[in-house]
This record gives sequence, C-alpha cells and structure tokens, in this order.
Amino acid sequence: MTEQLIFYPLLLQLLLSIVLMFSWNSIRLQRVISITGSILNIGISAWLFTYIWNYGTQTIQAGNWEAPFGITFVADTLSALLVLLTSISGLAVSIFSASSIIPARLKFGYFPIFHFLILGLNGAFLTGDIFNLYVWFEIIIISSFVLITLGGEKAQLEGAVKYFTMNILASMIFLTAVAVIYGLTGTLNMADISVKIAALENRGLVEITGILFLVAFGIKAAIFPLYFWLPASYHTPPSAVSAIFGGLLTKVGVYALIRTFTLIFTDNDFLQDILLVMAILTLISGGVGALIQNNLRKVFSYLIICHIGYMIIGLGLFTEVAIAGTIFYLIHDIIVKTNLFMAGGLIYRITGTNNMKLLGGLYANYPKLSLLMAIPLFSLVGIPPLSGFWPKLSLVTASINQGSWWSIGAILFASLITLIIIAKVWAKVFWKDKEEIPKRLNFRYFDKLTGIRKAQMVIPIVFLALVSLYIGFGAEHIQQVSNRVAGELMNNQLYIEAVFKTE
Amino acid sequence: MEIVLAIMIGVLYAAGIYMILRRSMVKLILGIILLGNGANLLIFLLGRITKGSPPLIPTDLYTFSEAYADPLPQALILTAIVISFGLQSFAIVLVKRAYKVVGTDDLDEMNAIDQDS
Repeated sequence: MTEQLIFYPLLLQLLLSIVLMFSWNSIRLQRVISITGSILNIGISAWLFTYIWNYGTQTIQAGNWEAPFGITFVADTLSALLVLLTSISGLAVSIFSASSIIPARLKFGYFPIFHFLILGLNGAFLTGDIFNLYVWFEIIIISSFVLITLGGEKAQLEGAVKYFTMNILASMIFLTAVAVIYGLTGTLNMADISVKIAALENRGLVEITGILFLVAFGIKAAIFPLYFWLPASYHTPPSAVSAIFGGLLTKVGVYALIRTFTLIFTDNDFLQDILLVMAILTLISGGVGALIQNNLRKVFSYLIICHIGYMIIGLGLFTEVAIAGTIFYLIHDIIVKTNLFMAGGLIYRITGTNNMKLLGGLYANYPKLSLLMAIPLFSLVGIPPLSGFWPKLSLVTASINQGSWWSIGAILFASLITLIIIAKVWAKVFWKDKEEIPKRLNFRYFDKLTGIRKAQMVIPIVFLALVSLYIGFGAEHIQQVSNRVAGELMNNQLYIEAVFKTE
Repeated sequence: MEIVLAIMIGVLYAAGIYMILRRSMVKLILGIILLGNGANLLIFLLGRITKGSPPLIPTDLYTFSEAYADPLPQALILTAIVISFGLQSFAIVLVKRAYKVVGTDDLDEMNAIDQDS
C-alpha cells in the first residue's frame, strides 16, 4: 500500500483531469469533482508528508530499472513539503475558481487544465531525474499557457505572448544545460550527476553549466534581471489563475534552483556570489517596481519578484541557518501569495476595478472582509508574530554570521519597502473615502451573487488566512520542519544514498 | 563530422536568438523553432556520435564487444521534438489569435497591458 505512495499524488491529479474531461458539458459536476478531488489530494499529500517525516527519504525506480539507468522518483522532506503546500493552495484556488471564474471560461476546460497544472507541479517536485524534470516543466508551462489565454481578452493575449516567449526560451536554455550535463557526466539521474560532477576536472565547463541552469530556472523563478515577463503578464488572467501562478509557478523555479544548487553545484563560491548579487538586486528592484504601480494586481506581481529575492538570498549564503530561512520563507510565501491574489480577486469582484486611484472605502462598507484581507497583507510584511517575520530572522542571523552586510541591508530595505507598499494599499483601497466608481454593465458584482457563490469566494481566503496564522503562531513547528529540510539539503549524501539504496 | 555539427548548432542558436529579438511575431515563432532544433542537435552531438554500430548485442554474445552508439540521446531528442512540436503549434494559434484581436504583428505595439486599469 505504501510502496507506491510517491505516485499517489500524481495519479490522483491525472485521474481527476481525465474524469473532468469526461464531464465536459456539466460545469456543476466539474466544480464538485474538482473540490472533492482537491480535498482528497490534501489527505494523500499529508499522508505522504507524515510518512516521509517518520521514515525518511523514499524513492521509487520507475519500471524497476535500477538507478541510475531508469527514472527515479524521490520524495525527501522538501519534496513532500512542497507537494503538501501545493495541495493546500490547490484546494483554496479550486474552491475560489468555482465562483470567480465566469462560466464561459469554465466551459472551455478550465478545471481539467487546472488539475494538469497541479499534476505537473507535483511531478516536478517528486522527480529525481533531470530530463524528467524538463518534461514536468513542459507539462506545467503548456497548462499555464492554456490557463493564461483562456477567455482570449486583448490584454490576456498580449500578456500571453510575452509569458510564452520567455518560458519557452527558459525551456530551451534548460534543455541546452541538460545536453551539456549529459555530455559531461553521461547520466541524467540527479544523484548520479552529483557524484560524477564532483570528480570532473574541467571546472570551467561545470560553472558554465551552472550558469545555464541558473538562467533557465531564474527566468521561471523571476529573479533579477530575468523577471520582466512577470509584471507584463501575471495581472492579465482571472485572479484565480493569477493566484495559482503567483503562489506556485515561480516557486517551482525556486525549488529547481534549490535542488540543483544544493545537490549538483555545491561548494562553488563563484556561483554562490552570483546568486547573492542577483538576490540582492531582485529584492531592491522588485520593491521599487511595486512602489510606482497603481494597478493592485501589478503591485502584487512586483511583490512576488521582491520576495523571491529572500529565498534566493538564503541559497546564496548557503549555511544551514540560511537554507532553513529559505525553506520557511517558501512555506510562508506559497500560502500568502496565493491568498493575496485571491483577496485581489475579491476586491475586483466587489468594486469592478483594480485601479487604486478609483478604489476606496472598502473598510467602511465591508469591515469584516477587510479585516480578513488584512491577514495576508500584513503577513506579507512580516509584522511579528505573523508568518513573514520568522524566516527573515533566520536570514538576517545567517547574514550576520557570514558577515554579508549587503544582504542584511537588502533584506531590511525590502521589508521596509513592503511595509510602505502595504500601508499604501491599505490606505488607498480600504481607508480612503469612497468615490463614485462607474458601474459596469454585465459585470457580476459580489453583492449580486448567491449565498453559496459568495461563500466560495470567502471560504478559501479564510482557510489560507488560518494556515498563515498557524505558520506565524506555530512558528516552532514550521521552524522544526525547515531545519530538518535544511539539514537534509546541506548533507546531500543522504539524498544520494537514498537513491542508490538497494533493497 | 563533429566540427560541422558544432558550427551548425552555433548558427542555429545565433539565428534563433536573432529572430526572437525581431519585432514581428511570425519571426518570433521561427526563432523558437530554430532554437529548438539547435538544442536537439546539441543533445545529439554531446551524446557522442558513433557511426555504424547500433546498440544491439549479437545473439551469440552477452555483452557488447566494441563501442556502440548511445541510444539515450535519441530517446531524449524524440521526447524534446514531440514537446516542442506541441508548443510550436500552440504558439502559432496564439499568434494568430493575438494578431486578430490586437490587430498588429508588431510586438512593440502590444502595450495595452502597460496602462492602468
């Protein structure tokens, strides 16, 4: 029963997509299947996570081909953790989509593609083979292309062209890097690459391969100077789609960076310095970019970029404390960013606009919902004891230990700028006196929705707000998980042994 | 043979990136296709080219007696070709739709998303 446990999250999503395709004509049925499937997915992911937590890293050799000849699937604590977080965000977005995506879009296969996207994400987290990772990335991007263009509005298509070009370019660079690494080591298994690359004499070529991976994953993770596609496209699709993109898609890039730079390209000062410089510039440029935007969702898009910097900075410092900070930030960021975009979607549904110049008076009209939306907003800033505070503490401690004053400066600067931005958003959207927003014809305002549709928009935000409150107040548990993941990542021998273990 | 392939890969990459940097959307797609072909040839080249010795073990033997062609790069290229075929077909449809809706082939004129709304 538990032997194939690693495959269950993948099989469930594949099954869901197929079943959803067969119920193409009935949107009502699709909603029910998607939500129950997502609840089931949380159960399976939690099972996988507790199993890995209790029994350590698990592997499966596909088709019983022994590593390194076959494709290996590896679930260490980091992979299982990310699968669990994906299932939590996935459930929230699935419920949110049921109400916020208009039926015209749902009719063209929104839910099947959504579950294909989750399938791709889970696959990317669980695979232990570099070429297989490329294939999962392709599943992710082709699903995301469909989701970003579904509906075919002008802005969506313009954003999609940019999103498409940059992502396909990243895939090509990734493929080039895989080709070079296969030429160097003659293997595709990540654990095997890690062993063989350490013995190579041509260090210059290894560093160049590292740079190729950094650029390929850097485009996906949106780090400086490779992020310009993100603010040009993330605000164009419906907010449920932005929520899953903002919460999870950039994080796959971060995961791939963490995996390659802790397993394959370790102990390389040159690459780590580059990571550190890129992270510092990401923090500063993302923050400054968000300051000048007036569109609420563009502000959130720039904040995604800014906060990717925190995760990369921990990877650049490369100590156990710093990696623990990175992992904690990853946990916090997935939940909070998903929630933030859903809150943005709720504001759009209430008022009919995302323009901060027009918005206002939300607190006077919807005090309870405003307080609810305050939780993700202020978690993002990291006001203690909310969830964003604790990882920053680890990152600053690690920077002090390393004597990296630039990174302390960048971390604190980005925190301050996030505070200013959130204060600005709060003042402009919630506190400013209400001005008359022109009413839009044929727009489904929040007030006109039925009770159950309203609940479907509010419940996921409540759910993720509770999760982020738990991350903040139960920081002890999350820190324990992060420390264990960091310990496993810093000691990559454990991963290699798990892959090559013979039964 | 290797040197010819290496030059060809270089030319394909350069031409692909040059085409992606042009302003026309059709040239963008051509660039992506060229780049994809370059990457596939690179896998082929880096998998070491061995001529005329397929990875088949003669019936009277149990192991290879001489150098054989690595079959893995070909499997990788096949996968990559199928994937890039899917992505390219999507790209062509997307560009056609974008041309119809936006009414221009010039990437510089696609700036509706930069306005506040």
